[in-house]
Amino acid sequence: MPMVDIDWLSDHVEVPKDLTYEQLAKDLVRVGLEEEEIHRSQLTGPIVVGYVVDATPEPQKNGKTINWCHIDVGDEYNDVDEDGNKVPRGIICGAPNMAAGEKVVVTLPGAVLPGDFRIEPRKTYGHISEGMCASERELGLGDSHDGIILLKDYGFTEEEYENLKPGDDLMHLLHLDEPILEINVTPDRGYAFSYRGVAREYHNSTGAKFVDPVLALQEKAPQLDAAQPAGDGVSVLIEDHNPIHGVPGCDRFYARVVRDYDAASSTPNWMRRRLTRAGMRSISLPVDVTNYVMLDLGQPMHAYDLDKIAMPIVVRRAHEGETLKTLDGKDHDLSVEDLLITDSPNGERGSRVLGIAGVMGGMYGEVTAETKNILLEAAHFDQVTVARSARRHKIPSEASRRFERGVDDAMQPAAAQMAAELLAKYGSATPSDEPLDVNNVAARQPILFKASEVKRIAGLDLDINIISDILTDIGCNVAGGGNGEFSVMAPTWRPDLNEPCDLVEEVARIVGYDKIPVTVPAVPVEGHVGLTEDQLHQRQVADELAQYGMVEVLSYPFVGAQDYKNFLADPEEIERVSVEIVNPLAGDRPFLRREILHTLAQTVLRNIHRGLENIQLYELGHVYLWDPAAPAIPALPGGVKPTDEQLAALDAGLPQQPLHVAGMLTGNAIDDGWLGDRRAVDWSDAVEAVHRIAARLGATIALEQPKAEDAPAAWHPGRVAYVTAGGKQVGVVGELHPKVNENLGLPAHSAAFELDLTALFSTLSNKPVQAKPIATFPPVKQDLAFVVPVSVTAAQLKEAIEAGAGDDLESIELFDVYTGDQVEEGMKSLAYAVIFRSPVKTLDSADSEEIRRRIVEQAAKLNAQLRA
Amino acid sequence: MAEGLTFDAEAVSNAVAEGIEKIEHASTMEELKAIKTQYAGAQSAMTMASKAIGSLDKSQKKDAGKLMGKLRADFGRAYGAKEAQVKAEEEARQLAAETVDMTLPVRRKPLGARHPLPRLMEDVQDFFINMGWQISDGPEVETEWYDFDALNFGPDHPARQMQDTFYVKGNQAKDAAGFVGSNMVLRTQTSSDQVRALITRGLPLYIACPGRVFRTDELDATHTPVFHQVEALAIDKNLTMADLKGVLDKLAVAMFGPEAKTRLRPSYFPFTEPSAELDLWFPDKKGGAGWLEWGGCGMVNPNVLKSAGLDPEEYSGFAFGVGVERTLLLRSDINDMHDLVEGDVRFSEQFVMGE
Repeated sequence: MPMVDIDWLSDHVEVPKDLTYEQLAKDLVRVGLEEEEIHRSQLTGPIVVGYVVDATPEPQKNGKTINWCHIDVGDEYNDVDEDGNKVPRGIICGAPNMAAGEKVVVTLPGAVLPGDFRIEPRKTYGHISEGMCASERELGLGDSHDGIILLKDYGFTEEEYENLKPGDDLMHLLHLDEPILEINVTPDRGYAFSYRGVAREYHNSTGAKFVDPVLALQEKAPQLDAAQPAGDGVSVLIEDHNPIHGVPGCDRFYARVVRDYDAASSTPNWMRRRLTRAGMRSISLPVDVTNYVMLDLGQPMHAYDLDKIAMPIVVRRAHEGETLKTLDGKDHDLSVEDLLITDSPNGERGSRVLGIAGVMGGMYGEVTAETKNILLEAAHFDQVTVARSARRHKIPSEASRRFERGVDDAMQPAAAQMAAELLAKYGSATPSDEPLDVNNVAARQPILFKASEVKRIAGLDLDINIISDILTDIGCNVAGGGNGEFSVMAPTWRPDLNEPCDLVEEVARIVGYDKIPVTVPAVPVEGHVGLTEDQLHQRQVADELAQYGMVEVLSYPFVGAQDYKNFLADPEEIERVSVEIVNPLAGDRPFLRREILHTLAQTVLRNIHRGLENIQLYELGHVYLWDPAAPAIPALPGGVKPTDEQLAALDAGLPQQPLHVAGMLTGNAIDDGWLGDRRAVDWSDAVEAVHRIAARLGATIALEQPKAEDAPAAWHPGRVAYVTAGGKQVGVVGELHPKVNENLGLPAHSAAFELDLTALFSTLSNKPVQAKPIATFPPVKQDLAFVVPVSVTAAQLKEAIEAGAGDDLESIELFDVYTGDQVEEGMKSLAYAVIFRSPVKTLDSADSEEIRRRIVEQAAKLNAQLRA
Repeated sequence: MAEGLTFDAEAVSNAVAEGIEKIEHASTMEELKAIKTQYAGAQSAMTMASKAIGSLDKSQKKDAGKLMGKLRADFGRAYGAKEAQVKAEEEARQLAAETVDMTLPVRRKPLGARHPLPRLMEDVQDFFINMGWQISDGPEVETEWYDFDALNFGPDHPARQMQDTFYVKGNQAKDAAGFVGSNMVLRTQTSSDQVRALITRGLPLYIACPGRVFRTDELDATHTPVFHQVEALAIDKNLTMADLKGVLDKLAVAMFGPEAKTRLRPSYFPFTEPSAELDLWFPDKKGGAGWLEWGGCGMVNPNVLKSAGLDPEEYSGFAFGVGVERTLLLRSDINDMHDLVEGDVRFSEQFVMGE
């Protein structure tokens, strides 16, 4: 994101002398340019001007020659000899450009350079060196490390240079101690990627005097005369046969020739410093100038070696199969949507690719050290075309960043003028007075704007003249207003202003959001109020499990092959029906879970690995069920309500995402302690959790135990049951298979459950509980023990007893399960405490005998024998 | 008439006196009961003497009856008094024997705990419910249309690339920008639920959508790829930014106490215009109360209303979103996102059922 240098900013807007970066950040954020960071200097002084008194070359054994120098660093820092006189410091310097008589940058002991490089006196090459002469790179000022900085080349005027005295603080003179503000620009404010734009916003915030630099440059740019042949030998054809959304890829191409450039010239230091502080490398004067203009005005530019270009230049879309090596050395297969700048060698029109428009140049046609004549390009490219090419080729460049957010389509002549002036001044070049301007920019429509919208949307009650003034000040052309309606032409640098609501925001942010009053809307209560039944049920489940003693957690829903294998599932089979992420964070977990247990297990393990025991966790969350046969989801435009068919098509392609709850119980249900014996967790703890959930919800559930050979793979074949409700399977409960425990490293007999709450909730009537009358006649209690084959489940026998008992049954509790010597092989004994009570009379012995007889009769159908 | 019984007034008086003497020295209920049997039971001198009265002369019967009445009363009184004393002593002994150290740790069953994040989401839900709003939720694997296009993120919108989106493989289609894709993402914001609600619920609409969202940020102290937002949306006639500010201030107070308030800064979101960053005045900020970033908000962009087939000239509304994690980190002084997402029981157990 862009850097804002107060010194540079003040080129365009008046800033107070004592403006701090903190205050600047505050001023800019008020109008919507947020502070990303104020970058502080990484340097600590003393770093001072040094005058090289003498420099004695001393050849070394390693072939290098070093200089043993005496450098005057001023009275404060100089050495003191035996007589108490101040004398220059002895400093070793290996740089080839070190010479007596130079003024250089001396970093003295105590200074800290970037990378926590601490300067200390040190013994080297047989001398004590008391400081270091610094290069650009060592100070973080640039890339140059060919030699030390010679201050005479460093952007000071002759007079300023003369006035530099040994010991002068260079931290300040070289702007080494200056912070810089990095701002965060939202995508609608492309113009704020320039000092021109930031200066305007500073004006908007503070009212400081702002002068648009483009105005003066436009005046100075050569005026085109339709009668004159323009271009100075340059010809440009825009041939876009494949525009995106019908918008031409290039609606303006402005070219200006600059001749007789002195290739030996170099970038002035002030410009280099500004570029470096903006985070850009200095490369050569022509490239630096185009970058400088881009940072200053926001117009990305390109400089070509004019003599290498074969006219005409053709702006066209790429052909199938075309390729390009870009300046960064990367090869790209071009798409027919890429807009290219090409030239025409050997008369073959548009046959050679020079670059991807607005994104990055190619290797051919660039300015080099031999370039004499330069062609400057200042064009305007379509936001979408540039955005797609940058995305396709993964080259988000400084140019594409600006074009895809929108560049002013009227400033191309001004930008080229500025670049030409800089090349003339610092590169002794001569700009041509015959620019070429292929300008097909479409006229923009004015926005019809009711001033009352400001009140209706922003809640700000403003005078109509204030609204008009604000819009004018941000650059709009405001007409009309008599009937409360304006015709507003947005400025060319604000392609984001198209709708009345955009203008409401402009007015509101300039006035200040803090001026908007505060009210609370009265909500008209209609229809259902409060949480929905499902939302309440979700809370009930979550609360119930916590009250049962379990701990709620949330796990990431990402899973992969290892998780499936841990749970003895076939990865291929499950992946086929799982949602897969294109760009997962962890390559080994690219899928979304189909079961919460698969991810919850990892959370259980994390706790165990941290030395915690008796971990009993639960999680409520969604699972994602991919249907390989799901129809493809259509791409639909925004801003238009889709038809009912289209809306249905959107949802039809989405995976089912039911809400689940899962729990995992490990270790002890009752821990060691002075109160009694511990008890290890087993299937019953999980089953109780499931029953508690059902009871809390008022759900009617049943457990159906599959035969061992039909048991699901991840579960103990003899200790697992399906949970059913309303005739549908809604979950599983039991103990995990010993292999799963082993795979995961869980304690033996770890228990678990997983319920599909979406399915379970759908079985609930959500009607009020219908209460039975409370009978007040005395109860009859009986204990009934039956011997049944082991294959008969407790649930089956209970059902039989209930069927036999009829309406007078009040409760039935299993109190004993027995297998062993007292019963035959293959049989078990189940004992129930049963209570009968009639609502209409006291049951006598004949009544209870009769009930008992009916129960025995029903139980007999399961081969159950009443024990004596 | 009983045979062979003679009434001996002196003997029975002595026997009763002896019994009362023994009662005085008894110290347990067992002893007392034995004494009662011996001196007032069926074979006792007292019972025998009562039976023998029958054989006396009529003139003697009256005095004998009187004597026996007195002896019985004396014995009963002595017995009753001693019984009360012994019972009290026995109870005291038993209670003393049963005394325990009440400070012993007695957690027989683990306490259990809710995770503070869903608990906080419930509080936020209740905040909106109490204002008469409704709560909605939409799918986490969402179509790009609901997550982006309908929210005015065009296919080539720079913001669409900024969202660090998880894309989902699927049955191949061309996406809106012509790239091959499934048009499916893990939703990057609960705003995706806005348009669903607008299309299905009708107007006026006051809803909050709390839910899980996804961005491709690696887990660190302040980021997590899976996190939670609460999005609020109100669409009605005559709603303005003033109403937005009012609701935000109320939410801030509900979450952070009576001194909390909010502030808006101009910003940009495709689905709102005007848009604003939402700052919170956090009274309990470390090192002194101050402003912190809390969320984003604005007036619903007319294009979003059009996506739902509504007339932006007639209706207006506001939307805002705040991060639940961020809110929780601030409220509970949690310094590291890891604690929130790792599921360490020691973390949840601090909150028990609250948050």
